[in-house]
Amino acid sequence: MSKQIIVPFGPQHPVLPEPLHLDLVLEDEKVVDVIPTIGYVHRGLEKLVEKREYTEYVFIAERICGICSHIHGQTYVQGIEQIMGLEIPERAQYLRTIWSEYSRMHSHLLWLGLFADSMGFESVFMNSWRLREHILDDLEATTGGRVIQGVCKVGGVRKDISPEKLDEMVKGLRGIEHELQDLTNVFLHDSSIQHRLKGVGVLNKEDAYYYGAVGPTGRGSGLAIDIRETGYAAYGKINFKPVVEHDGDCYARCAVRAKEMFTSIDIIEQCAKKIPDGPVDMKVTGAPDGEFFARAEQPRGEVIHYIKGNGKKNLLRHRVRTPTFTNIPPLVTLLKGCDLADVPVIVLSIDPCIGCAER
Amino acid sequence: MEPQAILPISVAEIVATAERAKKDGNRLVQIGCTKIDDNFEIIYVYDKDYKLSSYRITVKQADEIPSISGVYFGAFVYENEIHDLYGIHVTGINIDFKGTFYKTTIKHPFSVTIVKEDDPCQNK
Repeated sequence: MSKQIIVPFGPQHPVLPEPLHLDLVLEDEKVVDVIPTIGYVHRGLEKLVEKREYTEYVFIAERICGICSHIHGQTYVQGIEQIMGLEIPERAQYLRTIWSEYSRMHSHLLWLGLFADSMGFESVFMNSWRLREHILDDLEATTGGRVIQGVCKVGGVRKDISPEKLDEMVKGLRGIEHELQDLTNVFLHDSSIQHRLKGVGVLNKEDAYYYGAVGPTGRGSGLAIDIRETGYAAYGKINFKPVVEHDGDCYARCAVRAKEMFTSIDIIEQCAKKIPDGPVDMKVTGAPDGEFFARAEQPRGEVIHYIKGNGKKNLLRHRVRTPTFTNIPPLVTLLKGCDLADVPVIVLSIDPCIGCAER
Repeated sequence: MEPQAILPISVAEIVATAERAKKDGNRLVQIGCTKIDDNFEIIYVYDKDYKLSSYRITVKQADEIPSISGVYFGAFVYENEIHDLYGIHVTGINIDFKGTFYKTTIKHPFSVTIVKEDDPCQNK
């Protein structure tokens, strides 16, 4: 047996946008064990429910993450609405769905860019982020915010989108579809990218399931788990199928994200056709008394907001289980046996968001 | 949305419940802790086909609870978190960070409840 050495990876590393530390136990160039460490930027946002009224707290819930902020806010208010038995206007449900899919597209484009950058493809990185600007422009035009949208509130949404603007948004998305296809073709068909990703960081279906993999990390291993199928917001009225790949490697996780962008465009188009007229919010009185696990499908996977209230203005508990948090144990598994040189690509392939995980 | 019920169980039933959940094909969704007065409620949540099964134990801070990381490998992140934020000792964790999972300036920061005001809601 070769002598084992430990190589520290992170918390500062060129491919890591946020601090994650891995102690990589190596035998020659092979990783034989991994010990992950987070906790460098734990913010304790959940504790603020004791200081902020439950209606104000949605702004904090949105700030858990700078990428999927809208879905965090949406999941939080869904939990509150469920406890309070609120049936919010249908138009608000559709608007939430549209903004959720925009969030998914901008997150996936951001990730595709970072992933390309980790492999040294600077031009693909820039093209991914150039296309992402189109998505961010639409988000800004309809919500007022590029990163933090601030449109969700308990009882509905704060802004409406006119039918003309919805038409324009769908046409815009169809207009960039061929560019998205060109970008996707590079990730899926370029021989050097395939060589870099295929067979690297393999997670089998059973390990993915029992180790807690969610989102594209799980779906890349053949797990057809997509919380949108539970029908929250307007997803119950939309036809779509989760994108599932079966090889479980970095290429499969990349393919899931690339293909999901087109599913998002279809969902947005269906929403634009089906969205009913009517109000976008309702009057809410009182405070939640009860508990609920609200779930949603973020770009990185299933997020859970546990909310417990006792009828007073401050909640007793708000606990968020983010997709990155539950994707850390599978990451440990899929790093074992890989080459040291593949570690950055494998780590990025789960799309880690430590800001979410540390909340 | 799906109806949800949280079943109370004892500390002695934690591991057996996890084993049964795994045998039935559930995945571990999360383990979370809530401080209620002087007690700590810990909820174990499993999922199969989008149906949640939740189990609640109620313990004191000095109590020890067994780890389910021997059943569900990924439980170590939740159990270390509960230890670091609430100070509840979990025995037998497969990867035990011994209090260094989160680097907080205040020890067990979530074990203290901020005194609440009883003012009415803004939307009364």
